[in-house]
Amino acid sequence: MSWLMNLILILIATAVVPWVFRFAGQKFTGNKPFFRDMPFAVAFGYVAGLLVLIAAVSYYFRPLEVNGVPSAGVIFFRWAVQGFIGFAIVAYLFRLFGRAVGTAGTRKLFRAMPLTAAFGVLVILLYAIVSIFAGSIAPYGQEEIFANANIVPGGNPMMGGDPNFPLGTDQIGRDIYSRLIYGAQNTVGIAFATTCLAFFVGGSLGFLAAIVGGWLDQILSRAVDVLMAIPALIFALLLMTIASVWSNQLGVDRTIFMVLIIAMIDSTRVYRLSRAVGQNIVVMDYIEAAKLRGEGMGYLIFKEILPNATAPLLAEFGLRFCFVFLTIASLSFLGVGIQPPLADWGTMVKDLSQFINFAAFAPNVATAPLLAAGAIALLTVAVNFVVDWMLHKSSGLKD
Amino acid sequence: MGSIFQIILQRLALGILTLLIVSIVIFVAVNALPGDFAQAILGQGATDEAVAQIRADLGLDQNYFMRYFSWLGNVLTGDLGISFAQMNFASNMGGDQLVGVVEQIAPRFKATMFLAGVTAMFAVPISITLGVLAALYRNSIFDRAVNIATLSSISSPEFFLAYILILVLAVLNPIFPSLSNVYEGMALGEKLNRTMLPALTLTLVVTAHMMRMTRAAIINLLASPYIEMARLKGISPMRVIVRHALPNALAPIINVIALNLAYLITGVVVVEVVFVYPGIGQLFVDSVKIRDIPVVQACCLIFAAAYILLNLMADILSILSNPRLRHPK
Amino acid sequence: MTQQLLKIRGLKIEGKSDEVWSPIVNWIDLDLQKGEVLGLIGESGAGKSTVGLAAMGFTRDGCRISGGTVDFDGVDLVAASAAVKRNMLGKRIAYVAQSAAASFNPAHRLIDQHTEAPTQHKIRANAESELDGMELYRRLRLPDPENIGFRYPHQVSGGQLQRAMTAMAMSCRPDLIIFDEPTTALDVTTQIEVLAAIRDIVEQFDTAAIYISHDLAVVAQMADRIKVLLRGDEVEEAETRAMLSAPCEDYTKSLWAVRSFQRPAKPAISAGATPIVSLKKISAAYGKSPVLFDVPFDIHAGRTVAVVGESGSGKSTTARSITGLLPPSQGHVEFNGEVLPLDYRKRSKDQLRQVQMIYQMADTALNPRSSIGDIIGRPVQFYSGLTGIAKRKRVEELLVQIELEPGQYIDRLPSELSGGQKQRIGIARALAAEPQFIICDEVTSALDQLVAEGILKLLAQLQDDLSLSYMFITHDLATVRAISDEVVVMKDGKVVEQGPKAEMFQPPHHPYTDLLLSSVPEMDPDWLTNLLNGRGVDNIGDAAVGKM
Repeated sequence: MSWLMNLILILIATAVVPWVFRFAGQKFTGNKPFFRDMPFAVAFGYVAGLLVLIAAVSYYFRPLEVNGVPSAGVIFFRWAVQGFIGFAIVAYLFRLFGRAVGTAGTRKLFRAMPLTAAFGVLVILLYAIVSIFAGSIAPYGQEEIFANANIVPGGNPMMGGDPNFPLGTDQIGRDIYSRLIYGAQNTVGIAFATTCLAFFVGGSLGFLAAIVGGWLDQILSRAVDVLMAIPALIFALLLMTIASVWSNQLGVDRTIFMVLIIAMIDSTRVYRLSRAVGQNIVVMDYIEAAKLRGEGMGYLIFKEILPNATAPLLAEFGLRFCFVFLTIASLSFLGVGIQPPLADWGTMVKDLSQFINFAAFAPNVATAPLLAAGAIALLTVAVNFVVDWMLHKSSGLKD
Repeated sequence: MGSIFQIILQRLALGILTLLIVSIVIFVAVNALPGDFAQAILGQGATDEAVAQIRADLGLDQNYFMRYFSWLGNVLTGDLGISFAQMNFASNMGGDQLVGVVEQIAPRFKATMFLAGVTAMFAVPISITLGVLAALYRNSIFDRAVNIATLSSISSPEFFLAYILILVLAVLNPIFPSLSNVYEGMALGEKLNRTMLPALTLTLVVTAHMMRMTRAAIINLLASPYIEMARLKGISPMRVIVRHALPNALAPIINVIALNLAYLITGVVVVEVVFVYPGIGQLFVDSVKIRDIPVVQACCLIFAAAYILLNLMADILSILSNPRLRHPK
Repeated sequence: MTQQLLKIRGLKIEGKSDEVWSPIVNWIDLDLQKGEVLGLIGESGAGKSTVGLAAMGFTRDGCRISGGTVDFDGVDLVAASAAVKRNMLGKRIAYVAQSAAASFNPAHRLIDQHTEAPTQHKIRANAESELDGMELYRRLRLPDPENIGFRYPHQVSGGQLQRAMTAMAMSCRPDLIIFDEPTTALDVTTQIEVLAAIRDIVEQFDTAAIYISHDLAVVAQMADRIKVLLRGDEVEEAETRAMLSAPCEDYTKSLWAVRSFQRPAKPAISAGATPIVSLKKISAAYGKSPVLFDVPFDIHAGRTVAVVGESGSGKSTTARSITGLLPPSQGHVEFNGEVLPLDYRKRSKDQLRQVQMIYQMADTALNPRSSIGDIIGRPVQFYSGLTGIAKRKRVEELLVQIELEPGQYIDRLPSELSGGQKQRIGIARALAAEPQFIICDEVTSALDQLVAEGILKLLAQLQDDLSLSYMFITHDLATVRAISDEVVVMKDGKVVEQGPKAEMFQPPHHPYTDLLLSSVPEMDPDWLTNLLNGRGVDNIGDAAVGKM
């Protein structure tokens, strides 16, 4: 019955401790409104948050080794916390830097920027640099195969590592570090190109539908409705099946088919948004005034509509990029996306995934697949942070 | 009440029409394959008789129009054809014990539904509670922490979350198995245990979406003048939420749930592959790799149907919960 | 005898914008006796609603009370705990919001929302409150008082909802009600009914009230005393009659004077002159639903025709038909005796140039991404082909014409201008085409009175200088009186009456014109009483019943 007693004790503590906390707060601050009007739930939240913080700190300072056996859980937790705090500090410094350097406009931008967005901008810049200069940053080529396969990451020869290959080599002996860097070029580059294509097609059709309206709008919109009724990843997989046959027959790279297919699927989403944005602008009186002036279609689109659509379109571009990027990564992970020997993060995760099972006794080994997956996540998180901030900013300006 | 029935019937008809057109799209896409199926099934070096035999079996000698309708007819009567892999096996090894696509898919479909059900059981209550709390205490530390966490979770690929969970809950702390090889007739407890990791992965993804949408919907609602009015009437905060906010929040929340269950369908594919969960997503990916067209076609249709159905449900439920439509002038 | 109910001292309120707190209300003192009605007036941004809510100890999200006390019957609502305030709200202080349609919960019946406060504050049982609600509905002269409460908000019209909300505020027989612009969203003819109902019920129950409005004439009917606010500060306060007859401060005087602007009458139109614009029995429809029926009128050179009507009367549709945005289904428009093509796309550049438009919402009428120079420069370049320095010179000329300093404004974006300045840019853009005829669609109704007056004077000046013709669409009869030469009254897509202004404002009237004219509140505190007596409405109600 001891667990029952424990449960009851915990329940009583849950009820009493926040109450005591609030009561003490009221007494010590002389009934300040902050404590006086604090709902019980909020008091509970403060207490719970405090407990979690204490638990986390005590776990962080547990020994890294017990009787010569590494406690992998503590190691990973420390890495995670250090990574988190490290990123926060770097983002903070980057924001300070941005506030001090640059034109008046960018400095103003950085002044109102939350830390998450600063982090996002920094990461996006880093990725852009790495993917553009991948060839000169990476120590080895992405297809170079070395004699030693399966070298453990960490570069410590005692643990099966090799200082020449800091992140080790994969199952057929390619340098993982170099492949990660080339992965940025391939995965990010292809995703970027795909998004641009999707935007070009979806955006121009969407605006056209919004301005012209009538039967053109009807036809396009109904077609898009149907295409959007099939879940994106499923549709992509179906079309990739077909594309794989075509690519063999025509001798065209399958990656090109993938770009076209994903661009087609995503352009439907872009179409929806740009049509909606366009329609909101088209009903404005200044468009009516321009029409009554006798302005042509080109002037309407480029001078009156597009300048007012950039903010939502830019945000959508970020979101679309994330979506395309994740779709490509997923397809590659499933084995039908970017084809070897091109280095690509999705494929790398799939190939290296079994190393995770060694994490308990050799934490280093498990890092390789997590780094590849983390590289994907880091970029999408960064883009999302920036987009979130942009959306927040533009919605804040309205009211 | 006549008008609301009309609207719902309209939506239903539209849903069925969409499904029909989607089936055409799938059919056309599949028939855009170069060469013909018979060749694809048997591979290079098949005898001419074998090819002709299969061609007749599949009705490939008929025109596209006829083929579509006979395929559609078969689908409607529950016949999804026979997988190429099976046929290839049969034609090389002889024997007539062909297992149809329906028999192949049925157990897998059940498994996937089980996974989706377990996920929904976690995801729906958690995300709605979190969403409402974040909306109530918006801009607090709690709200910001939840915001960052969900944004990160949405942005991460499913397999990243899956491997993190495997790392933490299967490798470092062996609580759940990292392989989800469930089968029919397994005890429920064991089945749940093995389904837990894929379900948790999906929960992370879906909860993040659902929670953010719930939060947005509730914030939007709390800004409305009638909530301010209720507060100015001296109503207790609890009652403001329960009596004034919730009835109006129902429509957006139902919408959010249905949309995210629809989203689950896509998520299921990757997660099933990571955990080797014998669901329809795994089957789909395997069939895509070996270009087993009848199975790909069938899976696609099932995914699309589920997706359309859930969106339709969201639509209809939000119509039903709108007082303006329920009580016409 | 009199007893102090509300005493606000040194009230300061701040609002948050861009993460910075800036003052909205600087320093307000306010006193209210039991049973007294205080009118709060001021232009937009004066902080009147904020003060009204603060009198309940309440601030909206993003605002905070940063100083002062709000003493309601001995309790300081600024310092009081949430529980104490909650016990006051609804029970002793009630609130009537501007938009009743948005302030009623769409998910519940009116009567259920009505009974919520009394039952929650444990004043009355539910069944009793329902009966009381019906009684209040009857006193507020709502149709079918026994059953109207069982409807949902969207099933009841705007004017009725506003009265139902007043009934809801009365449900606990509070000592004080805050009325926050309760009639602003209503048409003039509906406004009368609501005003009369509110005034009677407040008198019957001897309730104190703070009546917030931007409309002086309305406040004059309702309030015992008037307090004038300007940008978060008090300008002056006095008894209503004293305030109306002899305001002390310059700002108040200028507010009062707005309504007296009137341009001199022009000579009669010479017979046989060709009108600039002539509508030949225009009918138009949106899709299949017809909105205009055989609308005929003429606009002569150098004159202003005011088109008056309530919302939905087809005024703006008439303008859209003239411009060709909504081609008439029957009839046509003649310009200087020539038939204009129905659809604007078929008109020549010169025909398009001759008809210009100025819009109601300057915010949506100017491209937020174009500079003022581009907005005005485009029609200059488009129609007269001027470029470079010549174009810039012309734009500067136009800016001078609309009384804005060219050097200061030419490179700004619309978002950097005030509402009145934006409207001036809209005028300059129309002038840039050098038209003979301009359609002004409710150009002053989104503006504060003083700013609106400036715009009207500018338009009148331009008309004299450039001999322009205006079609002036408005729902506000004061504007009509100020600027028009001829008047067209519209209702339900038809012209009810038309003629020169002098005739239109003299009896005999068409019954609808009469209703419209008599419904416009005047700056006379007895106006409402006299009007209701004249119309024979039983405005006293059953005052004898007194407090229940």
